[in-house]
Amino acid sequence: MWAMIVKEFRQVRRDHRTLAMMIVMPVVLLVVFGYAASFDVSGIDTAVYGAGAEDVATILPETFEVEAVDSTGGVESAREFLRKGEVVVAIVVEESKVAAFVDGSQLFAARAASQALATAAQAVPGLEIEILFNPGLETSAVLVPGLGGLILLFVGTIITSLGVVKERQAGTLEQLAVMPLRPTDVFIGKIAPYFLVASLDLVIVLVVGTALFDVPFNGPVWILALGSLMFLFVTLGLGVLISSVSENQGQAIQLALMALLPQVLLSGLIFPLESMAAGVRWIGYVLPLTYFNLVAKGVMLRDAAFSDLLFPLALLAVLGVFTFGLAVLRFRRDLGSADDAGSTLEVAT
Amino acid sequence: MTWGVAGLGVTIGSEVALSGIDLEIHPGTIVAVVGGDGAGKTTLVRVLGRLIRPTSGRVSLPARLDVGYQSSSSGSWPDLTVIENLRFVAEAHRMSSDDARKRLDELLATTGLESASDRLGSQLSGGMRQKLGVAMALVARPLLLVLDEPTTGVDPVSRSELWRLFSKAAAQGAAVVFTTTYLDEAERASHILALESGTTLVEGPPESIRDSLTGKVWRTPERPASSYRWRRGREWREWTADGSPPAAGSPVEPDITDLLTAATLARDEQLV
Repeated sequence: MWAMIVKEFRQVRRDHRTLAMMIVMPVVLLVVFGYAASFDVSGIDTAVYGAGAEDVATILPETFEVEAVDSTGGVESAREFLRKGEVVVAIVVEESKVAAFVDGSQLFAARAASQALATAAQAVPGLEIEILFNPGLETSAVLVPGLGGLILLFVGTIITSLGVVKERQAGTLEQLAVMPLRPTDVFIGKIAPYFLVASLDLVIVLVVGTALFDVPFNGPVWILALGSLMFLFVTLGLGVLISSVSENQGQAIQLALMALLPQVLLSGLIFPLESMAAGVRWIGYVLPLTYFNLVAKGVMLRDAAFSDLLFPLALLAVLGVFTFGLAVLRFRRDLGSADDAGSTLEVAT
Repeated sequence: MTWGVAGLGVTIGSEVALSGIDLEIHPGTIVAVVGGDGAGKTTLVRVLGRLIRPTSGRVSLPARLDVGYQSSSSGSWPDLTVIENLRFVAEAHRMSSDDARKRLDELLATTGLESASDRLGSQLSGGMRQKLGVAMALVARPLLLVLDEPTTGVDPVSRSELWRLFSKAAAQGAAVVFTTTYLDEAERASHILALESGTTLVEGPPESIRDSLTGKVWRTPERPASSYRWRRGREWREWTADGSPPAAGSPVEPDITDLLTAATLARDEQLV
């Protein structure tokens, strides 16, 4: 038995990646997620409209952080501003009443806002509160759009990386390299099935999600399809990149999980980004799932227009081009040949 | 057209894998590249398969479409059936469906894999898998057939069948080059390149290698005292650099195993 224990320790000591997973990762995860794991929303972004907007803005409790004051705007302006996802609460001051509209797609902020507004209603007669986009403040309504992204991430990153590593482990990647196929042909051929399966998965998740959990789908499908396509490029690229630095499927799974876990916890899917400590929040802002989440919730819940989602869509495009481009380059290197066209290869001595 | 390498050198990282290798591979001939582990055999065939860029020297190869390559792991996909593996290669070479069907039928018959055509690659025996690998390399009727240890770990019957495939390919005009650690196999090749530590130990047709041997090989019943000795079955062989007879023993006509072993010892003698 002692010999077995010693042998196992020797093997673990030489497997640096597993060692890092076992010792460094738990510490990193504890620190990062410790700061990230919070549902408390301390500041609620607010806009105030109407004739008395400036007066109302000054007397609002501190929780409401006033981002915009427009004395000429009305209910329509307020709804439009919320649709864009600029603020969580829009207050409209009219002659006889004060109306507060809350963006229900930002679940935790909306819940905090509802509570604060309910308290304020006791002091402000005629204050009417209306929750838009997710009137019942249902958790499923904000979770299902993000879950679609998570599925894309799972299939795109884990399954793709396993598929490519399997090819390397079996020695058939070398076979592909000597065959008369261009690296681009191999690359596209390799990821095409995963692309299709992931797309199908997304459709199933969204159809089942809307049918079973009554999650609304208010916006145009094409914007979500466009966002999904770009997000898929990121995830597939990530999968191929992981496979290019993994020697076997075990290593690929380890790395894919390392890429997946932060996206689950820091993308705003579970914990709101605005609740996270500033030191870890920035991590969320470089994760692709964060922006897919914004697009999916924007389209499905708020019926956001293309122009409203331009920023997350543009970032997904940038991340997609970067990750996918890098993956293509790495893959080309793996399949690199000494001579693509010639019959005689001259090499300087 | 003759394929091959001249003055080939390959450095991987800081390690010299091959140095000053010359080899000509003529159409219709079979070249055996032999050597122990780490001699540089796989590096050489990977250069011929365009998988490694040489550091120095000259490499003459036909176009990529005309090179058939089999890696040491056979190169077949374990989760595709035999016929699917072959069909994929035919499609990658853009063969017409008629031509592909005829060629695949012909290869299945030659390799004896007809009855296993619907079996998954992972369900094949070692010998069958290697035969499939060679068949895949032969699909497009290559001008140059490069095979990395196609007979390693294969039973004698399958080895003989694989040799039939190489011979047929050479008879049809292909230049065939294969690596092996089995020295007896090299005897059947028309040309031998023996590598040691990335350099050429001996090179040429078996008969010229026999002629080039300095010294003499002797058969001895007892274990000789000399350190230039090796075992062959129940007997011993001894090599003497100057050809003088040992204390006990009779001269023997060396086969390729004796020749290559003696050549290795001769080089060691020169180094000393």
